[in-house]
Amino acid sequence: MANAASLNLLPDFSLSPRIDQVGAEERASRFTKRSIKKESKMNGLKLVLNMIDLTTLEGKDTDGKVKQLCYKAMHPHDAVPDLPTVAAICVYPSMVKVAKKALGDSGIKVASVATAFPSGQAPRDVKIRDTKYAVNEGADEVDMVISRGKFHAGEYNFVFDEIAAVKEACGDARLKVILETGELGTFDKVRRASDIAMYAGADFIKTSTGKIQPAATMPVTLVMLEAIRDFYYKTGKMIGMKPAGGISKSKLALHYLVMVKETLGEDWLNNEWFRFGASSLANDVLMQIVKEKTGVYQSANYFSVD
Amino acid sequence: MPATKQKKAVRKSNIVKLKFDTSWAYDPAPESKSAATIKERYDLFIDGKWQPSSNKKYFATINPATEGKLSEVAEATEADVDKAVKAARHAYESVWKKMPAKERGKYIFRIARMIQEKARELAIIESLDGGKPIRESRDFDVPTAANHFFYYAGWADKLEYAFPNRTAEPLGVAGQIIPWNFPLLMAAWKIAPAIATGNTVVLKPAETTPLTALKLAEIIEESDLPPGVVNIITGAGATGAAIVNHPDINKIAFTGSTDVGKIIQRAIAGTDKKATLELGGKAANIIFEDAPLDQAVEGVIIGIYFNQGHVCCAGSRLYVQESVAKQVIRKLKDRIESLIVGDPMDKNTDIGAINSKQQLETIHKYLKIGKQEGAEMYQSSCLLPGKGFWCRPTLFTNVAQSNRIAQEEIFGPVLSVLTFRTDDEVIEKANNSPYGLSAGVWTDKGSKIFNMTKRMRAGVVWANTFNKFDPTSPFGGYKESGFGREGGLHGLLPYLALKA
Repeated sequence: MANAASLNLLPDFSLSPRIDQVGAEERASRFTKRSIKKESKMNGLKLVLNMIDLTTLEGKDTDGKVKQLCYKAMHPHDAVPDLPTVAAICVYPSMVKVAKKALGDSGIKVASVATAFPSGQAPRDVKIRDTKYAVNEGADEVDMVISRGKFHAGEYNFVFDEIAAVKEACGDARLKVILETGELGTFDKVRRASDIAMYAGADFIKTSTGKIQPAATMPVTLVMLEAIRDFYYKTGKMIGMKPAGGISKSKLALHYLVMVKETLGEDWLNNEWFRFGASSLANDVLMQIVKEKTGVYQSANYFSVD
Repeated sequence: MPATKQKKAVRKSNIVKLKFDTSWAYDPAPESKSAATIKERYDLFIDGKWQPSSNKKYFATINPATEGKLSEVAEATEADVDKAVKAARHAYESVWKKMPAKERGKYIFRIARMIQEKARELAIIESLDGGKPIRESRDFDVPTAANHFFYYAGWADKLEYAFPNRTAEPLGVAGQIIPWNFPLLMAAWKIAPAIATGNTVVLKPAETTPLTALKLAEIIEESDLPPGVVNIITGAGATGAAIVNHPDINKIAFTGSTDVGKIIQRAIAGTDKKATLELGGKAANIIFEDAPLDQAVEGVIIGIYFNQGHVCCAGSRLYVQESVAKQVIRKLKDRIESLIVGDPMDKNTDIGAINSKQQLETIHKYLKIGKQEGAEMYQSSCLLPGKGFWCRPTLFTNVAQSNRIAQEEIFGPVLSVLTFRTDDEVIEKANNSPYGLSAGVWTDKGSKIFNMTKRMRAGVVWANTFNKFDPTSPFGGYKESGFGREGGLHGLLPYLALKA
């Protein structure tokens, strides 16, 4: 639960800053105009690879599937030496133990979705138990979903308390709060939900579950990065950002890096504070890295599909 | 989260600082100069032919980012101006006035398409000659110039619909003098409506940035526009004066400084020359406490640092409501740290070179004045290239309404930040200027926008945006910012005489 000192700082969330949609979209499009070539492209691609939360969130996930994904996380493409690993594997709570064991001491984190992912339509005690189960299984990070229904109904205290309770259940695990921006409707609401999540104790804010369209977009991520910046100005506390869903191409991922670089700067340009939630991005990044090294594109058949 | 991490992540809020000098940096991404052809020497484009000036003199035009010479252009004398005006008069009487409007339109459409075809080359030359970032010349100057020709080409045969129940007749020969901040775009703003309405033109680009206008002359030559309809001659102030004072010119269109605008007004007083003047500005950009602040800050940045602040409608006075002033200033300071200053040809450059040494000196003069007046100066920490003319993005806080940096046009990347408390106060302060070209209002409240825009004495008022241009939208000033409108249906009128 948020401590008394931070409660004194709590703003009225209904007064969260307003966002001008046209302006936000225009600013986001400016980042796509940056030309990323040569060394900066290679370094950017490696950074992107290192920021990926390699994800499988399917009903048909099995131990075998998760183990294969973990191997990919540790050895993205052994044909190229000195590649970084991805940041984390993101799975359902039931797969945490398998992933944890498969990853061993590789340093790659295990992130688990929880709190009745993806809809979040369950009572609080179920969500807490879901979270505790994931943490007990060994999850380093918990990706929770907010109660969008309650949020739309204006019950901000409910949403706030729920996040704070899940944060408490997380213990030492870092908490990522998924806003599911595709269900929020406006940038004003994205900003408000970001503020609620950060003040309630989120370590990361995350755009989407990947189950709803639209998932992450550049403008919506920008609005959240700017919320993080304002929170940092006010409290001095850094919050991480994770756009998830819909980022499958290297070029787009590099545009996101540009956006982080020019909005929050150096401190956020690492996987401690910025992640990509993605499943197919890794292979496109690998393909680009090989292309940068060899000068030619290789067939997709040379990159493992896991 | 472990306690150690917590400690690392939480810093005292008064010392937190974002670091934009990141370990992941952009490599240079220069646009190739080889995609553009610049001749060693340019003559005057008169009567569809390239002709040397009568005194055979040429002057150099340089790249302000390197101080290297790009080319040399002929200096038009009074005799050359007379020759150009005679060619324009002859073309007007013998061809252009009589040509069916639909045919006139076809030529203008052709010029528009050719500008699009040569867009890359024009953008490169614009950035080389003027110092503006290639991103701006590529994404703004050149496409907007083409759009102006397209737009007015469409009007050529529809003047009876623009002015119903009236007969619209051209004026004759228009003398047009344009500035160095948007050389190609200003040429388009001037030439397109003039020839669409049936006038012929003698145009003089600024002496520091003649090359894209000369490139436009090549395009016009290639377009088979009848000789003499558009004449483009180069030179400095004396050439401009010869145009203004030529007795056979019917209309003067000038964009430039208020001082020169006043000289022109005096010169043509008592003649029947018509005039439109688009002069200086000191636009107020107003941020209310309920504004979307991050977007407002971005709008302020675009408002003042676009084209190195060499914009007559630049939002050079920022009025920010006191309750959010601290926040806005902090955001502005962080934002200017992330602006990339340097080689205009680099695709990642946000702020290029100052157009000329003379202009750089003017800017430096005002920086000194600002400091002397007691304002606090803040500049980005970027490194500047050794050669060329450069100025870091600058903002002054603690500025008073009576300060010269809040009253006079600096025409550089220099923002003066002032604060206010109430709507009435800010209206009074915003209007308290000899200029009235543009203004900006930032608020989440629609009714406030309409209240403000109604009471603001400025030709263009932007709401929750800034520096947006469109050929369909008229542009022009109040007070000492000039008179007459360019762009839109309004932009036809200054080139027409309406009969009942």
